[in-house]
Amino acid sequence: MTVYVKGVVFENVNFEDPNCWRLEEYVKRGGYAALKKIINDKITQDDIIADMKTSGLRGRGGAGFPTGLKWSFMPRSFPGQKYLVCNTDEGEPGTFKDLDIMVYNPHALIEGMIIGGYAMGITVGYNYIHGEVFEAYQRFEEALEEARAAGFLGDNILGSDFCFQLHGHHGYGAYICGEETALLESLEGKKGQPRFKPPFPASYGLYGKPTTINNTETFASVPYIIREGGQKFLELGKPNNGGTKLFSVSGHVNRPGNYEIPLGTPFSELLEMCGGMRDGKKLKAVIPGGSSAPVLPADVMMQCTMDYDSIAKAGSMLGSGAVIVMDETVCMVSALERLSYFYHEESCGQCTPCREGTGWLYRVVHRIANGEGRPEDLDLLSRVGDNIAGRTICALGDAAVFPVRGMLKHFRHEFEDLINKAQKAKGL
Amino acid sequence: MSTNNLTTHNLLSAESLAQIDREVAKYPADQARSAVMGALRIAQVEKRYLTNDMIEFIANYLGIAPMMAYEVATFYNMYDMKPVGKHKLTVCTNLPCALSGGYTTANYLKQKLGIDFNETTADGKFTLKEGECMGACGYAPVMLVNNHSMCNHMTPEAIDKKLAELE
Ligand SMILES: Cc1cc2nc3c(=O)[nH]c(=O)nc-3n(C[C@H](O)[C@H](O)[C@H](O)COP(=O)(O)O)c2cc1C
Ligand code: SF4
Ligand code: FES
Repeated sequence: MTVYVKGVVFENVNFEDPNCWRLEEYVKRGGYAALKKIINDKITQDDIIADMKTSGLRGRGGAGFPTGLKWSFMPRSFPGQKYLVCNTDEGEPGTFKDLDIMVYNPHALIEGMIIGGYAMGITVGYNYIHGEVFEAYQRFEEALEEARAAGFLGDNILGSDFCFQLHGHHGYGAYICGEETALLESLEGKKGQPRFKPPFPASYGLYGKPTTINNTETFASVPYIIREGGQKFLELGKPNNGGTKLFSVSGHVNRPGNYEIPLGTPFSELLEMCGGMRDGKKLKAVIPGGSSAPVLPADVMMQCTMDYDSIAKAGSMLGSGAVIVMDETVCMVSALERLSYFYHEESCGQCTPCREGTGWLYRVVHRIANGEGRPEDLDLLSRVGDNIAGRTICALGDAAVFPVRGMLKHFRHEFEDLINKAQKAKGL
Repeated sequence: MSTNNLTTHNLLSAESLAQIDREVAKYPADQARSAVMGALRIAQVEKRYLTNDMIEFIANYLGIAPMMAYEVATFYNMYDMKPVGKHKLTVCTNLPCALSGGYTTANYLKQKLGIDFNETTADGKFTLKEGECMGACGYAPVMLVNNHSMCNHMTPEAIDKKLAELE
């Protein structure tokens, strides 16, 4: 479901062609030219990392950390084994962009990882793929075979002395494995429970070795940056928000799908690209960056541009770029109830504030939604939230609290109305 | 592959074992534990669900403690530790899908199959499960068949068609 508009990951991909993902087609689109350039012109690791920094590319997995900077943290001269890991555990509700990269353009990811391996002196990589998308995992395995057969991947790539091995690892159903250290645990064959940080993966990662982890879309943006130059990528977006980005638009629009557009595009334009609101209904609210991002009301959202800074200024976050659009018929209490259930269900249970707190959040929102709310419940939600946020091992705790805070900030009256009704029904 | 022969007979077919060997080969020689997720998946595809004997067999095959395999099988929610029907149908009801008919799909299936979530039809043909976001919300409502086959745009008509196809 990709509605390509203009961007670096899906540039020139013909989605109608069932073979568009194949190596042959990718090469026709200019694929693997960046890798050839690096090998033939003997481009240095420092030059690649400098170009990555110039590009302004920020991690597309949710946190938006500058990729060039992350790559520079890798201790390149470390004598032992180092690892490169791709995070395709796409499970943040509303996000479905990495799935389309795997299905329609897997070689962009593979080439991006090979270049990453070269730049950081890493010889082994893994791509961790979300459990529910087995077909994407199979496609990735096939694409790897193609890349090996063509001499782009494996020993002595393109006749040079650079070697890079890459493998797919299939998850089996756990949202928490999207968190990078949980993902590493899972890759080691353990329960996906996040690790304490520090140490960070750059010093203690997979099997205790220095490791760099990036999101699928981050890696898939690399070939363009190396081929066309970091400056050109930067200029596609705006300062501090370089390049184009995939937005997964779901909910009440006429054409849900992935839209790859320049960062800084007004939300109102994106909404138009999606064919506007379904059934001509009015826009009520948008969750702009995946379910963990605080909701924004229509009037605020219509003033935003789609980039990290604008959405942050409006009090939310761009996150993974999942845009969940809700029309005037949506009950915000029910919407929050479903999200709170999700975080409770997916908490790994290691930290008491998250394990117990997410249960409290869900149960309280559930009783409000079911006409059993109590006058003290909104304060209770705030207090429980304060006791989770910032007090846990990983950011899932925060992710469970942000949607609650956003809803209470912008749609408090809907919660109050239901609580008042519940009180009246009881004759109070 | 494994030289560890604590279990005397194979619980899995030669094809499944060959597939597991391919998983093991992806990881460093001293890290066969990394292959446990793949091995359990391959076993479940062959046997439909995982018994304790199977989990122990896999642990022995990989040369790891049975507890290590057991905790993985219980942590990840696509592993089935109890018998399931011939076709396990998992419907996503998370918010993005719900906005595009996820609950309509779930309710239609419940009514059509005469079962609730986590139940199996009397003929053992279908098990119904509620799922979390599958990373496919653009195709909502979505349903996963036997963990590995994603079905998009599952309106009631599409469900009728799909169920008729599933023998
Ligand atoms: C609960 C939780 C879930 C996450 N899920 C994902 C995910 O599905 N995909 C992803 O790329 N990053 C996810 N992240 C972010 C990763 O921890 C990490 O920041 C990211 O993979 C780094 O890559 P990037 O810098 O290229 O974005 C998640 C983080 C948390 C706390
Ligand atoms: S915050 Fe929640 S999900 Fe993260 S480690 Fe703690 S219990 Fe696990
Ligand atoms: S919410 Fe259903 S697939 Fe994402």
